[in-house]
Amino acid sequence: MDELKKWYEKAGSCSDVVCSTRVRLARNLRQFPFPTRATDKQREAVEEKVKEALLSGNSILSREFRFIPLESASEEEAVSLVERHIVSPEFISDRRGKAVLISEDESISIMINEEDHLRIQVLKEGLSLKEAAETADRIDTLLSETLDFAYDPEFGYLTQCPTNLGTGMRASVMLHLPALTENGAMPRISSNLSKLGLTLRGTYGEGSKIVGALYQLSNQITLGLSENEAIENLRSITAQLMEEERKARSQMSENIGWRDKIDRAAGILKTARVLSSSEFMELLSYIRIGLSTGVLQGVAIEELIALMVNVQPATLMAKAGKQLDENQRDVLRATMARELCAKIKE
Amino acid sequence: MLCQACGKKTATTHIKTVVNGKLTEYHLCSDCAQQKGYGDLFSNWGMDFGNLLGGFIGNGFPSPKTTCCPTCGASFEEITQSGKIGCADCYKTFREQLLPVIQRIHGTSRHKGKVPGGSALRISGGQHQMMPVKESPLEEKKRLLKQAIETQDFETAAVLRDEIKEMENHG
Repeated sequence: MDELKKWYEKAGSCSDVVCSTRVRLARNLRQFPFPTRATDKQREAVEEKVKEALLSGNSILSREFRFIPLESASEEEAVSLVERHIVSPEFISDRRGKAVLISEDESISIMINEEDHLRIQVLKEGLSLKEAAETADRIDTLLSETLDFAYDPEFGYLTQCPTNLGTGMRASVMLHLPALTENGAMPRISSNLSKLGLTLRGTYGEGSKIVGALYQLSNQITLGLSENEAIENLRSITAQLMEEERKARSQMSENIGWRDKIDRAAGILKTARVLSSSEFMELLSYIRIGLSTGVLQGVAIEELIALMVNVQPATLMAKAGKQLDENQRDVLRATMARELCAKIKE
Repeated sequence: MLCQACGKKTATTHIKTVVNGKLTEYHLCSDCAQQKGYGDLFSNWGMDFGNLLGGFIGNGFPSPKTTCCPTCGASFEEITQSGKIGCADCYKTFREQLLPVIQRIHGTSRHKGKVPGGSALRISGGQHQMMPVKESPLEEKKRLLKQAIETQDFETAAVLRDEIKEMENHG
């Protein structure tokens, strides 16, 4: 089988700490009001223009992208897009006039009529800020050949919310920081980061809870800093956090309580018959750290990442092709976890 | 709408999130939102924005309420209430009023970075054919410069060096 791997089924560089990298650009078409103020007709026109710019026959990207109008997507499909980080929860709450273009490996997506007319998003496995930013930049330039983006020489790219003005670029890395969470360093780190113009949030962005020691670190300021400067700033802070986490891990490795948690997590995932989403995420966090530090063996990080994505509620249902109640999902999740974790050796 | 947590105050923070495979919406007052950890910059945005602008209007700025954006019809009041700008032209219409707010958010109001059309991808192939090329014009020149130096073709190298300098200054 030469099935194409999705971006989240691969492990990238620094995957012991960095799960994934995301860069997104906010862009608007000059001739239409921003989405909140646009009429249904205008939103449709925006959708049509963006679709045409990307999919028209003479664009070499046309073969790579799938167009999904949200109005015709099922509830599970829509929520699954959120779980796979392709779109934001905001995006699927009101689906009128919204659509998304997704590349084959799901690493590139363009949300149409979200907070801005276009949100170009690039996702990459592991730490890959420069590459992700470069890809987003190229897609943007390609689109700007046919689309007239709202731009002001002083304010830069114009966005519906002034917090995105300027480059319109938000770059983020998803970090797995179990050791720093365990030793209580996170509150201190978090407040220091905000002083540096960066924010630390839960897995699914704004306002979401911290699950399984996964954090999203992103740049806050978009005006007055070039794309390269913002990326470099984020990259160097990420490097420091990685160092701190690795140090904390090696200090913890002597700790019997820590080791106990890792081995117990492996024990439960190997044998459990029913697993809720939150219990699964907590346990998976320990397996991930066990594998990255070599305490556990037999399963590759990318297999773990793919499992994490595939057992989320809506993605489970979308894959199964039918509605499953909570209990059925928990059973199916446990089965999938058992299958993979059976390979784990201590 | 009342806050779903305390049921007393007006809900000002609206949170959309995915819980257990379902899209869920919460409506909370600012206190409960803060308590539940949703009190970041964005959830308070509408409020801050209004406060910020309120302060400036009070300081003798011409009342913006009388004007509407000629392009989209948004009034400045609507913008402060929603925290959302109406259209690209609103930034021109309400420039004076928005400027201090933008400076507060970003610490500056001067864009630095990409300019439309001036970046790493060029369309080549002619005949309206769009073909992204692997390197930008600047990257191409840099590669040629390296080649010229390697082959000791210093005349070409000098020309290329000047062209690169020129491009970088304008970039």
